[in-house]
Amino acid sequence: MSAPADTGSGTAVKRGYIRPLDFKNGKVEMAHGGGGRAMAQLIDELFQPAFDNPWLRQANDQALLGRPEGRIVMATDSHVVSPLFFPGGDIGSLSVHGTINDVATSGARPLWLAAGFILEEGFPLGELKRIVDSMAAAARAAGVAIVTGDTKVVERGHGDGVFITTTGVGVVPEGITISGDRARPGDRILVSGFLGDHGVAIMSLRENLSFSTNIVSDSAALHELIADMIRAAPDLHCLRDPTRGGLASTLNEIARQSGVGMAIRETDIPVREEVEAACELLGLDPLYVANEGKVVAICPPECAEALLAAMQAHPLGRDAAIIGEVIEDPHGFVQMETTFGGRRNVDWLSGEQLPRIC
Amino acid sequence: MKYVDEFRDGTVARQLAQTIAAEVDPERRYHLMEFCGGHTHAISRYGLRDLLPEEIHFIHGPGCPVCVLPIGRIDSAIELARDHGVILCSYGDTLRVPASGRMSLLRAKAEGADIRMVYSSADALKIARENPGREVVFFAIGFETTTPPTAVALRQARAEGLKNFSVFANHVLTPSAIQNILESPEVRSLGTIPLDGFIGPSHVSTIIGSRPYEFFAEEFQKPVVIAGFEPLDVLQSVLMLVRQLNEGRAEVENQFCRAVTREGNQKAQALVAEVFELRDRFEWRGLGEVPYSALRIREAFRDLDAEHRFGLEYRSVPDHKACECGTILRGLKQPQDCKVFGTVCTPDNPLGSCMVSAEGACAAHYTYGQFKNVPIAEVS
Repeated sequence: MSAPADTGSGTAVKRGYIRPLDFKNGKVEMAHGGGGRAMAQLIDELFQPAFDNPWLRQANDQALLGRPEGRIVMATDSHVVSPLFFPGGDIGSLSVHGTINDVATSGARPLWLAAGFILEEGFPLGELKRIVDSMAAAARAAGVAIVTGDTKVVERGHGDGVFITTTGVGVVPEGITISGDRARPGDRILVSGFLGDHGVAIMSLRENLSFSTNIVSDSAALHELIADMIRAAPDLHCLRDPTRGGLASTLNEIARQSGVGMAIRETDIPVREEVEAACELLGLDPLYVANEGKVVAICPPECAEALLAAMQAHPLGRDAAIIGEVIEDPHGFVQMETTFGGRRNVDWLSGEQLPRIC
Repeated sequence: MKYVDEFRDGTVARQLAQTIAAEVDPERRYHLMEFCGGHTHAISRYGLRDLLPEEIHFIHGPGCPVCVLPIGRIDSAIELARDHGVILCSYGDTLRVPASGRMSLLRAKAEGADIRMVYSSADALKIARENPGREVVFFAIGFETTTPPTAVALRQARAEGLKNFSVFANHVLTPSAIQNILESPEVRSLGTIPLDGFIGPSHVSTIIGSRPYEFFAEEFQKPVVIAGFEPLDVLQSVLMLVRQLNEGRAEVENQFCRAVTREGNQKAQALVAEVFELRDRFEWRGLGEVPYSALRIREAFRDLDAEHRFGLEYRSVPDHKACECGTILRGLKQPQDCKVFGTVCTPDNPLGSCMVSAEGACAAHYTYGQFKNVPIAEVS
């Protein structure tokens, strides 16, 4: 049995020297997830200073939060994007934006995030720091605190660098009911801007695809845009961010939830020429390509113009457009009038169009 | 988008459609087979059927490389990856084609086989260079369009002395398939498939030229118009075919003259001839065994032939009983005539190969055309 530390006698406790984390050449080791000193050091020298807030400073295994006014929403999202860094963002900022957007599309103001990291043994600490700093910057810019977290390390070869799961909590003001089952025939369908940027930006970095593009990911936190939209059109029926599976999947999901059909016009759907060209080359359809900073809105016809104006007035909605209408259709088909003048079905995505994009 | 929008102009399309409507003979029907999946896809995706008069009937042909690949060949590819432990490099569409025993390359991958999706034969070579300790096999499929790149890869592997690279060749030939359709009893004597003319292959013809089709036009008295894959190309070709049929002509015409010549790409042809030779016969899904319809690797490149290197033995496997892919590929039935279409067989869970590739007749109809029978409430 070792002697108890001399704490009661009034002499200062001498702390042992701990070599600081080597963010230049250091690597993630199994011990960083082991619950011992190495993990404590990783928290003290990386996560705590980056995310710094009163809840984290309590250094408990959980965050004790005050009860906010309003109904509480919660959403969770895991991020496994490859590559970890891409034009317009990285897995860190993406993990903040993705969950904030899932919370915000309920009409909620996002308040807190929890973050779970799965790190692969051997991953450079310098890159981890870049990711964590990027997360912290994204959260701060969005006015959301990362209040609790967890780190695990898996053996080399059992992960792909970093996986991040974030869980978000927010509050919805009284009187707002935004839900995927509220689309009604006659409602207008709007999107907040150019589609497919994120998916194409990621695609351009894939090592087996040698093409380059100036497209950057649209990864962004949408809650402020959404707040403006709700002020302009309080009776907004549905909001959803068209991430994996793109606009096509989002519209099909809402059509199924609401038991309606959708009719959209290809000419009105904003797609950048570069994205269209890249999709043409790769045999993809921009309607199925992922977005990380766009929102699809469905609202009654009488407030469509006001909603559009509010979206266009916000930097993240500058290129917003009304792209179609909700129609009656028990089959729940999404149809599109093509630029060519024909009509076609816009079906669910089958299989996967791109691996690991978010 | 430049060089694309010009060929997708809705106004021009409507003008062309009007001309076609004015010129068709209401007393007759025009049964046109679009051989290629690329045309099938364009017809469905752009809703060309809606624009054309009812006298025009499209018959979807077997020109979808993934669709005509028989189960036995996919089984062999799975055998390579699973039993021989090779890195199998494959084009994306092939991954989902159903094989025997509810298997597919994708499922084999999930079970641990090393199967990688590539965009070109050059990617497969790169993987071979990066993994000198592993056998790397390129699962080569496709018509004449994809054959020259496979030939290039074989030559390159030989030049570099890449010992761990080989090719599992499944390249098939368009003219043999067209001839097989024209000689089938349904077309030739029974007349159960009315077939008046062909919308001829576009990309394939850039390689082989328009000359190989002259025999069919002459011998079988069926007009052929080689057509590009853009929607306006297809419409213009329909007009050209209507005119030939109205005038009683059966010639090879070239609508896709911006890329196709009569002689084709002779350099590519020479390359293919250097590396490949005809197989006596090859099984096609839907068409069965077709003589002289595919290529195998020549003796001089035998050491790079995966069939030879791994002693693969071909076993023919019949299609699922309920699957109508065979009859659909021969134009005997339409996708919606198949009992399992859209119920058991969907793009997410394809039973037959026509539901796998976006170019397959069933997948194209399922994805773009399902709503056709659904009335739509007009919204102001």
